[in-house]
Amino acid sequence: MKKHILSRLSLKSIHVSEEIRHSYNGIFIDLGELVVFTINVIKQLFRPPYEYKELIKQGFILGNKSFGLVSVTGFIMGLVLTMQMNPVLADFGAQSLLPSAISVAMVRELGPVITGLICAGKMSSGIGAEIAAMRVTEQIDAMEVSGTNPLGFVVTTRVMAAMITVPVLVIFADAFSLFGAFLAVNIFEDTSFTLFMDRSFSMLGFRDLMPATIKTVFFGFFIGLIGCYKGYNAGIGTESVGKAANSAVVSASLTIFVIDLVFVLITNLL
Amino acid sequence: MQKEEVIVVKQLYKSFGDKHILRGIDLTLHKGENLGIVGKSGTGKSVLAKCIVRLIEPDKGEINVLGTDVLACDDAELTGIRKKVGYLFQGGALYDSMSVRENLLFPVRRTQFVDKEQDSEELVENSLRSVGLLDAIDKMPGELSGGMKKRIALARALILKPEIILYDEPTTGLDAVTSGEISELIIKVKEEYGTASIIITHDMKCAKIATDNIQIMKEGVFVVEGTYDELSASTDKEIRDYFI
Ligand SMILES: Nc1ncnc2c1ncn2[C@@H]1O[C@H](COP(=O)(O)OP(=O)(O)OP(=O)(O)O)[C@@H](O)[C@H]1O
Ligand SMILES: [Mg+2]
Repeated sequence: MKKHILSRLSLKSIHVSEEIRHSYNGIFIDLGELVVFTINVIKQLFRPPYEYKELIKQGFILGNKSFGLVSVTGFIMGLVLTMQMNPVLADFGAQSLLPSAISVAMVRELGPVITGLICAGKMSSGIGAEIAAMRVTEQIDAMEVSGTNPLGFVVTTRVMAAMITVPVLVIFADAFSLFGAFLAVNIFEDTSFTLFMDRSFSMLGFRDLMPATIKTVFFGFFIGLIGCYKGYNAGIGTESVGKAANSAVVSASLTIFVIDLVFVLITNLL
Repeated sequence: MQKEEVIVVKQLYKSFGDKHILRGIDLTLHKGENLGIVGKSGTGKSVLAKCIVRLIEPDKGEINVLGTDVLACDDAELTGIRKKVGYLFQGGALYDSMSVRENLLFPVRRTQFVDKEQDSEELVENSLRSVGLLDAIDKMPGELSGGMKKRIALARALILKPEIILYDEPTTGLDAVTSGEISELIIKVKEEYGTASIIITHDMKCAKIATDNIQIMKEGVFVVEGTYDELSASTDKEIRDYFI
């Protein structure tokens, strides 16, 4: 089964014999297949037909599914973080730094990572289960015989949709968290919204915003990709749907942290 | 005169891991012929059908469809061949996220089968009418019964007026009356358009009505070939048993 997927992915030179598969069936073969899959998806991104309609549809579906959870989480994070940090900063008499401390923490790190994790949970598993179900019920095969490349129609559109929606969701999460922080600050003292915002953005520069935003595009890419990969390579039988969803969440969440680490290392070097 | 060959399969082998499914299949399908394939569950009938359109990559062997070597051709050629081959999947394989109308429009739009949108709507309505399910046009697959799904899937397989049709159990799960209607439809399609078909079936009534010739598959090879009448009157009890 796996072997035939490899050959179907049109990189026919990669050929793992069943025997090797049995004895070393592990992370490296999976990784190798993921690389082949990724290359094919990226190739497909630039190859017509471009499935705009499906892309927009998927974008809306993915965005809608996670928007509520992401905004509520962002709001609560902002609120809680402010309430926790307030006494600490007050000890140093540095309460006026509170808004900028929160915004730096949220925009640079917490907003992207928390949104990434939520999306890894919601989007990756959703995509994984959906595509696995399509695979198990032969819908992917049916597309293929209808003159449609499922890699383009099903996979690429979802990967692109995730790449677009995750950064947008992160912006929403950041915004809601600042709003939460504003409310929390107002518990301790009266602050005007403008003053709060001025202070929030006073410490946020291009160097904070740029890597944080680029990072989220990568989050989106891998969230979509891993969900699709797990679903697309699901085995036969209905139990593989659950398996695909589950392992998509695990791998995607882990990948979020790895990308985050890589980005922090890179930005620190620059 | 020998009729034109539309599918030629030679010495086809396929295994999954150490499970040997196909073990040297030889098959020839002629233009205008309905070939039945009968065999026990799990012998590899569906795997064979999928190999013919290269949804499954066989390990060894030759497959020639409409003069093209399916295993050696490039993606564009393969797409060309697939357009001319209708495939009814065993489970129907309707797209869950699309309505019945969109399910049928999908192959039409994707292959640019007709130029005008209006024509494609008409095509969809006509092919739903032919399976007697025009009422279901705006339903989602989830709202349909198993038999309805099967018939919609059949309509979808036929919509592009293919030259070859692979029916994977077209009548399984249908009542006797509907099965009879489907079998008649299969015959009608063949007579009207001169299509060649492979009909995988467990339904002997369907085999009797719709096939010209039957191959019996056992453990991944064809063991006997003959018409329904010949095989059902065979002196070999094992063969006769398939036809009860
Ligand atoms: N993708 C696959 N990976 C692994 N094994 C498979 C795969 N597809 C089919 N098989 C195995 O191949 C064997 C034959 O399957 P196939 O679906 O062709 O049977 P069949 O003759 O169509 O049976 P039925 O009449 O029940 O539909 C089965 O044992 C099945 O488990
Ligand atoms: Mg079958």
